[in-house]
Amino acid sequence: MSGTNLLRWTTLGLLLAFLIFPGRFAPVFAPLTHYGAPPIYDQGNLLMLALAQLGTVCCAAAASTLVAVGLGILVTRPAGAQFLPLSRTLVNIGQTFPPVAVLAVAVPLVGFGEKPTLIALFAYGLLPIFENTIAGLRSCPPTVLEAASGTGMSGRERLRLIELPLALPLILEGIRLSLVINVGTATIGSTVAAKGLGEVIIAGLLSSNTAFILQGGLVTGLMAVLLYDGLATLERRVSRAVPLD
Amino acid sequence: MELRLAITSHSARVDPLGLLLTAAAAAAWCCLPFVIFKSNRIMPGEPRALQAVLPPWGVIGLPAVLLLTAVVALGIADAKRRLIAALGAIVVLALAIAAAANALTPAGNRIVRVAPGAAFWVVLICLGLLATDAITRLRPRPLARVLLLAVCVGGGMLALRYGPFGNLSVMREYAVNAARFPLELRRHVLLAAGSLIAAVIVGLPLGILCHRTPRLRPPVLGTLGVIQTIPAIALFGILMAPLGALAGAVPAAAALGIRGIGAAPAAVALFLYSLLPIVANTVIGLRRVSQAAVEAARGMGMTARQVLARVELPLALPVILTGIRVVLVQNIGMVTVAALIGGGGLGTFVFQGIGQTAIDLVLLGAIPTVVLAFSGSVLLDALIEVLERTPSAGREAAA
Repeated sequence: MSGTNLLRWTTLGLLLAFLIFPGRFAPVFAPLTHYGAPPIYDQGNLLMLALAQLGTVCCAAAASTLVAVGLGILVTRPAGAQFLPLSRTLVNIGQTFPPVAVLAVAVPLVGFGEKPTLIALFAYGLLPIFENTIAGLRSCPPTVLEAASGTGMSGRERLRLIELPLALPLILEGIRLSLVINVGTATIGSTVAAKGLGEVIIAGLLSSNTAFILQGGLVTGLMAVLLYDGLATLERRVSRAVPLD
Repeated sequence: MELRLAITSHSARVDPLGLLLTAAAAAAWCCLPFVIFKSNRIMPGEPRALQAVLPPWGVIGLPAVLLLTAVVALGIADAKRRLIAALGAIVVLALAIAAAANALTPAGNRIVRVAPGAAFWVVLICLGLLATDAITRLRPRPLARVLLLAVCVGGGMLALRYGPFGNLSVMREYAVNAARFPLELRRHVLLAAGSLIAAVIVGLPLGILCHRTPRLRPPVLGTLGVIQTIPAIALFGILMAPLGALAGAVPAAAALGIRGIGAAPAAVALFLYSLLPIVANTVIGLRRVSQAAVEAARGMGMTARQVLARVELPLALPVILTGIRVVLVQNIGMVTVAALIGGGGLGTFVFQGIGQTAIDLVLLGAIPTVVLAFSGSVLLDALIEVLERTPSAGREAAA
């Protein structure tokens, strides 16, 4: 356990050190460049770009969590049950949309910049959360639900006090999946002028500077791994707090 | 007004989904433009009123057909009739937009662009949802689903080829790129399917190995999981350097078409991304095979290899195929990004379109990509369901 912890904190420390003092890492990346090209991305602040990307991803994830959990609750209530089969089919169809296509189609609607990226990430993040919300809400044991009704809880109380807490680990897992996918997908947003680490990668592709590509890719990858790991820890805490058998 | 009448006359048993879709479609119809006219392909368009562009049959016929569909959506529960109504309305809607494009385009003019407006897309999506809901309620068998898909995709392609759609903006872009389109399409499919096949060839034995030696599982699955977190454009870029170096050092590799830019780094990256779902699902599928079935097979005197080939793999096949489905859909989407490093595929049109702010060119790349991914998903889903229903597999799994 302490080994995992050590690895976790070393990774985080290394990532932060690189983002705050990128210049110190120049000797590491220098062998990857040719003809005296800069070894460290010099057309913008790496820390700002990383934070901008993280911000876009988190905004999109917050919006998709609200909508997906809301929809998931709606279709598992008696009043919305009729929409359940259709919404599941839609989730499956939605997964076949490539993120680039969503991004490209959003551009003419809202223009270049952050907005199309936000829309694409929002739409793409909906699916795992929605699916897991439904799975979580439907996996509540019927005996527990009956017991709750038996103690005189209203439908709303039962949802708030029993069903949602029981479904929380699965919902968190959905949020985690969607966040990790979106951290990577957000780099594609740079093709439509969104601020983010994709900028670094694309600058590297355009000037065939492998050092830039590696920096953008590694920072994005590390952010995704750390997010995945952090949220997984949170999930374990939550599911331990919910005693369910 | 008429819509409200229709709703009240059927208020005894109004379909909630029908109500939602009718409201959305009606709002879009009233507030959003149906047709957009652009004086050239990159100019912002101006909306045109329906009455001004449609021939008389369309001005009356299209709203009438849509209204009739709304009545069916609101008041008729029979899924088959709802499906027929929705598909019929989609055909009429397509014909109307084609007629509008033909009416707005001066004869012989190749510069103006007539694009479907937001109202068209919203109504189309609502009709699509109505049809999807009807199909979901009908619960067609796998073969029927594949047939329906073939009829829809084939019919759509024939209609675009021989129908009156040539003046629509997307089809104009197609006409400009007609020579390149089949090549890029082929390349897209080859890249997606080729890397999938390579990943199956490597991933299946790797998954079996991980199942047999549990010690291998965490490092293998962990490494593959980390690869998944590297963004696609970065992985494409990172692979350019070693492949370029390989081509420089080994002339035979260069002769095989391995180069720093182009399809080679894309194929390798897609292969690496594909490994995790295949290996992980092989391990899960094999683990779920009931121990009783394996013991029984051993008891019958089967060798370890026979048990694997005749019992374990067939029983794990649906789960493995689910992994392959995920990879196929994911790959078809990701090949789009390969265009950024000169890998070709339909993404070429998407990124060219983004670069030229020509949305029609973006759609020329994006729509076929979605159709490809969707078709692949339907086909594999049907295959999985057929395999799961196979009685022998079911009996053994239950044992």
